[in-house]
Amino acid sequence: MLTFTIRRLFFSIPTLLFISIVIFGLLQMAPGDPMAQVPLTVPPEVKQKMREALGLGAPVHIQYLKWLNQFFIVEPQFLIDWMTRSSFLFGWLPDTQLGMVYDVELEKLVPQQRNISWQTRSPIMDIVIQRIPQTLWVVGLAYLVGILISLPIGVYSAYRHYSIFDQTGTFITMVGFSIPPFFTGPLLIVIFSVTLGWLPSIYDTTHVVKDWASFKYQLSQMILPVMVLALQTTAQISRYMRASMLDNLNQDYVRTARAKGLKEGVVVMVHVLRNSMIPVITVIALGVPSIFGGAIITENVFGVNGIGQLLITALFANDIPMVMTITFIFAIMIVAFNLVADVLYGVLDPRIRYD
Amino acid sequence: MTDTSTNTGEMDPYAALQDKEPPKAPRNQWLDVWDQFKKHKGAVLGGGFLMFITLAVLLGPYIWNVDPQKLDIRNKDVRPIWTAIWDSSAKTLWHRPFGTDNLGRDILANMIAGGRASMAVGWTAMLLSLSIGTAIGVAAGYFKRLDGLLMRMTDLFLCLPILPLLLVAVTLFRQPLRANFGPEGGMFILIVVIVGLTSWMQTARIVRGEILALKEREFILAARSIGTSSGAIIRRHLLPNVVSPIMVSATLGLAVAIITESALSFLGVGFPSDFPTWGKMLADAVPRMEQYPERVLLPGIAISLTVLGVNYLGDGLRDALDPRIRGR
Repeated sequence: MLTFTIRRLFFSIPTLLFISIVIFGLLQMAPGDPMAQVPLTVPPEVKQKMREALGLGAPVHIQYLKWLNQFFIVEPQFLIDWMTRSSFLFGWLPDTQLGMVYDVELEKLVPQQRNISWQTRSPIMDIVIQRIPQTLWVVGLAYLVGILISLPIGVYSAYRHYSIFDQTGTFITMVGFSIPPFFTGPLLIVIFSVTLGWLPSIYDTTHVVKDWASFKYQLSQMILPVMVLALQTTAQISRYMRASMLDNLNQDYVRTARAKGLKEGVVVMVHVLRNSMIPVITVIALGVPSIFGGAIITENVFGVNGIGQLLITALFANDIPMVMTITFIFAIMIVAFNLVADVLYGVLDPRIRYD
Repeated sequence: MTDTSTNTGEMDPYAALQDKEPPKAPRNQWLDVWDQFKKHKGAVLGGGFLMFITLAVLLGPYIWNVDPQKLDIRNKDVRPIWTAIWDSSAKTLWHRPFGTDNLGRDILANMIAGGRASMAVGWTAMLLSLSIGTAIGVAAGYFKRLDGLLMRMTDLFLCLPILPLLLVAVTLFRQPLRANFGPEGGMFILIVVIVGLTSWMQTARIVRGEILALKEREFILAARSIGTSSGAIIRRHLLPNVVSPIMVSATLGLAVAIITESALSFLGVGFPSDFPTWGKMLADAVPRMEQYPERVLLPGIAISLTVLGVNYLGDGLRDALDPRIRGR
C-alpha cells in the first residue's frame, strides 16, 4: 500500500506539469495587456520597459519555468516564513526567513520578488490566502451538511426499498441533481429573504463574530449559500449511498448475520453500513474539488468573496497571473483528492490490492 | 435471480420430440426495450417533456411569431397574465401572456428563442463529445498499442478543472471567433467546442470497457477468421453492441451541456447581450427579482425541467437497455 501511494504520488507530478502547461498555453494566447490601465501619457518605450519588468519580454519557456519556480519554490518558502512568524500553530518556532535574500546594495535582508497580481500589484498568494477561509467556511460546511443529510436518507431509502420514503427520496434527489445552483440560489433568495424576510440575501464577509448576536447573524447569513451547495451534494451522495446499500443488503453475509440472531439494527448499521461506505467514501473524496468548482457560481450569487469570486473578477480584469494561479490550485485539489480516493479505497477494502 | 427452469408436472413423453412452432412470432429486441422503458413512468414523462420542449422551440417561432428583439417601451414590465388572478391592478395584457421585460420585449418569444439556443448548444455539444468519446474509447479498447497512451490522456483530461478552464477559454477566445463568425455564430462554435472537448472522458472510459470485453467474444473471432478488416469489425460488430451505454451517456452529456451553457451565460461570459438564452434571461432578471420573480422563475424552471427530464430519460434508458434487468 505504501509503495502504491508513493508510486501514485510520483505519477501525479507529470499530471500536474501537463495541467500547468495546458493552462499556461491557454493564457499565453490571451489578448490582455497588463499596461492597458496605464495612462496614455506614458510613452510607449516606458511601457515596454514596464512590460519587461513584469517578465513579459522573456521567451515563453523561460516565463513558464520562472512561473514554476515561483509557484513551487518561492511561495512555499514564504508560506513557511508566515507560519513560523505569525501562525498560531508554529509561531513558537524561530523565524525562518526563507523567503528573504541578502541585498548587497542595501546591506540587509529583503523579500524575494514574488508573483504579483496585475490588478492589485500585491503578491497573488497573499490574496488567495485571504480569500480561502471564506470559501472553506461556506463550501466546507455545505459539504459536511450535505453528507450528514444524505447518508441517513440513502441508508433508509435502500432499507425500505420501493417504499413511499424511497420513492419521494429518489424523486427529490433527482430534482436536486437537476436544478442548477444558479437557479436554486435566486429561488431561495426570493423565498427566504424577499418574501419571508428571514435571512439576509448577501453574505457579509466583513462581519466579525464577537458576541452571541453577531454569531447568530453569521449563522443566518451562511444558511442560504450552504443550503444551495448542500442540495447538490445531498442529491449525489444519497444516490450513491442508496445504490451501494442495495448492493450489499442482498449479500450472503447479511443473511448469515441475521441467521446468527443479531438484531436488525446491528445488521444494518454495523455490517451492511460499513461495507456500503467503502465506495461512498471514495465518492465523497472525489467530490471535494467539484464542489469547489461549483462554488464559483454560488459565491457569485450570494456575494461571498471567496476564491471562486476572485477567479471571476481576475478573469474580467485580464489578470493573467492570478487566473493561472487559481486555476492551478483547483487542479492541484483535483489531483490530490483523486489520490486520496484511490488510497482510501485500497485501505478500506482489503480485497483491493494494487501491487 | 429468477429461476428460468419451470416444472410443469406430468410431461407427455413424446412432447419433447414434437416439432412445435414458436407460440408467437419472435419479438424484436427494441420492442422489448420499449416495453421495459414504458414501465419507468419518470422516464416516459421525461422523454415526453424533452420532445415537447424540442418541438416547442423548433415550431414555436412559427406559431408565436412575435419578434423576441422588438422593443415596445410603452408596454414594458407587463406581468404574466396569471398575475391577474390574485392582483387585478397588475399590468397584464392578453397578447403578452408571459409578460414583457424592462425593455418591453415579449418574454414568451424570448423563452422560445432562448430555448432554441440552449437546446442547439446542448444537442451539438453532446453529439461532439459523444463522437470524440466513442472514437477514443473504441480506439483504446480495440488497438492495444493505443490503449495506454489514450487512457493516460483521458486520465489527464479528467484532472483538468473544467469550469475554471471553460471560463478562461471563453473569455480568451471570444474576440477572434466573434470577428470571424459573427457574434452569435462565434460564441456558438466556441461554447460547443469547449463543452465537447471537456466532457468526452466518461464516454470514452465506458466505451473502452465495453469494447475490451466484447473483443474477446467468439463472434469477433469468427469475423476476424473470415478475413474481416478491423474497420469493418468495428463498424459492423462492435459499434452496434455499444449503442446502449453510448445512449445512456448521451443523455447525461445533454444535461451537462445544457447546464454548462446556462452557467456560462449566467456568469456573463456566454452569448452576446441581445441574444437570449435561458441562462442569460435568468441572470438578467436576478437584480430585479423582488419585483418580477416570474422572470427568474420561468427560465429557471425551463432549464430545471429539461435537465430533470433528460436525467429521468437516462435512468429509464439504462434500465431498459440492460438485458439483465429487462423482463423482470
